[in-house]
Amino acid sequence: MATQNSRSAARLMMAPAVILLLGWMLVPLVMTLLFSFKKYLPLRGGDLGWVGFDNYVRFVTSSAFWPSVSATLIIVGGVLAITVGLGVLLAILLNQPMWGQGIVRILVISPFFVMPTVSALVWKNMFMDPVNGLFAHLWKFFGAAPVEWLSQASLQSIILIVSWQWLPFATLILLTAIQSLDREQLEAAEMDGAAPLQRFGYITLPHLGRAITVVVLIQTIFLLGIFAEIFVTTQGSFGTRTLTYLIYQRVLESQNVGLGSAGGVYAIILANIIAIFLMRMVGKNLDK
Amino acid sequence: MGRITLDKVSKSFGDVEVIPPLDLTIEDGDFTVFVGPSGCGKSTLLRLIAGLEDTSGGHIRIDSQDATHVPPAKRGLAMVFQSYALYPHMSVRKNIAFPMKMAGVSEEEQRRRIDAAAKALNLTDYLDRRPGQLSGGQRQRVAIGRAIVREPAAFLFDEPLSNLDAALRVGMRLEISELHKRLRTTMIYVTHDQVEAMTMADKIVVLRAGHIEQVGSPLELYRAPRNTFVAGFIGSPKMNLIEGPEAAKHGAHTIGVRPEHIDVVEENGIWQGTVGVAEHLGSDTFFHIHNTGLTDTLTVRALGEVTLSHGDTIHLSPRAEQIHKFDAQGLRIE
Ligand SMILES: Nc1ncnc2c1ncn2[C@@H]1O[C@H](COP(=O)(O)OP(=O)(O)O)[C@@H](O)[C@H]1O
Ligand SMILES: [Mg+2]
Repeated sequence: MATQNSRSAARLMMAPAVILLLGWMLVPLVMTLLFSFKKYLPLRGGDLGWVGFDNYVRFVTSSAFWPSVSATLIIVGGVLAITVGLGVLLAILLNQPMWGQGIVRILVISPFFVMPTVSALVWKNMFMDPVNGLFAHLWKFFGAAPVEWLSQASLQSIILIVSWQWLPFATLILLTAIQSLDREQLEAAEMDGAAPLQRFGYITLPHLGRAITVVVLIQTIFLLGIFAEIFVTTQGSFGTRTLTYLIYQRVLESQNVGLGSAGGVYAIILANIIAIFLMRMVGKNLDK
Repeated sequence: MGRITLDKVSKSFGDVEVIPPLDLTIEDGDFTVFVGPSGCGKSTLLRLIAGLEDTSGGHIRIDSQDATHVPPAKRGLAMVFQSYALYPHMSVRKNIAFPMKMAGVSEEEQRRRIDAAAKALNLTDYLDRRPGQLSGGQRQRVAIGRAIVREPAAFLFDEPLSNLDAALRVGMRLEISELHKRLRTTMIYVTHDQVEAMTMADKIVVLRAGHIEQVGSPLELYRAPRNTFVAGFIGSPKMNLIEGPEAAKHGAHTIGVRPEHIDVVEENGIWQGTVGVAEHLGSDTFFHIHNTGLTDTLTVRALGEVTLSHGDTIHLSPRAEQIHKFDAQGLRIE
């Protein structure tokens, strides 16, 4: 693509894709911005005109706002900690030569193929149900009173469900990273007198640094927007109302599109703050 | 001290016996080279000594202590790997300090040994860089530095120069030899390159398929190869091995003559043939000669610049006292 001719041809060829992508991204964004400055109540009068920053002020000052931000961060943080921690352990385990390795690997990865709605329903009804759930039976077997998971430990339950879904992803990425670790490095460390845990800390973990940042980055992007898991379990009650869920409630339950859009803009800002923070981290890790 | 004794040491991977039972003694302070073609088990043998592989049988003694089941770190040996195996996320200084840190050497002593090693290996300016920012030769030196600071009983090298370009290889070869002369520590060096073996070794161990074919000093191996394998492996270019009636004349199944032991004569040579490729190195010329009726190609070294070209007839005389004789099993006949 060196000549003038081929360059302009290339631009022409790429134009449809670029225009489609731009439209895809820009139209909803611009509409969200537009609505966020309007009082727009579809079932109660429709478009009631411009209101400036009213929606923004109302969204932040509502008593639900800060709890929703903290719920979002707790869920994202919790899931990240669990998936990265267990992911590293599982990756190390799966990297050991063992019988039936292929099948075990597929089993470990399979939760990723289950749709979020389905997995949340399965967890809710089969495991966490206080009467018929497997956990309830287990608790009763040991003579304890069954826990009402989704009301008594609601955030933890959601974190558990979402972690179960994302653990395969983390494991997969970390497994490929661990497979690329030079065996001679571990052997050199062994000869240098490093015990197994020291080899893990000084050699394996730094080697995984890059993969861990990638996992954290990608998962954060998706976890900031989890919805189905909350929708089919707690419906946002018991302190599980995340920012996404709050916006959903404002738009669809309260039928206040303007207020919801303002919330959407806040969500974009929050996501960007986290993204910048993470990019810094990744950048530092990728430079090495 | 670093005297290493292998007593009936063997190694199998599953059903495959890579090293059949083998005896070998490596004297303290010797520079011993394991040489042999790729896949003959050199690395495996070295890794057995290092403790990175478990023996399938036999005993390994280091300084008359049984080390067969001692973990690698406790054997007091340092290894330099083919891939250097530097820790990529640590600076050169931290790489070199790592074994001392693991051993709990005091900070001050660490610094002293690092500075000494860096000075000896010309690494002083690079101590704060990462391995990724160094050239191949520098990485090699860092790997050696990391081995030196441990003050081991013996150094183990596994083809340490095979990732370097030819010029650097010659330089590093000298540096390692000089290091050995200075430290006087036992070194075991694995290579498939017989030139490295010949130039560096006090003692060469020639391996084939896990068997020791011959052990001796470079010149012993050069002068009196015990069989046709060693004869063909040691020396560059390779010894000419001739079978058939010409060998029968000497009462042998096979005779061997090194290219440098065949003289090019004007006429009345014992052998003659036509010149194929001539490799002019300036100091020497190597002729590859066809149609001798002896072997497909006979290699001959002529001193200096000899002006024979492709297709010319050449007359040759092997030096009678330099002809090696081998029997039908390939063993040397004295
Ligand atoms: N971990 C292993 N598992 C099975 N076979 C191996 C293993 N390591 C080496 N081998 C086999 O042992 C033989 C000798 O290997 P190696 O010692 O690496 O040879 P060299 O270093 O002389 O080239 C080879 O045939 C190789 O395939
Ligand atoms: Mg090898």
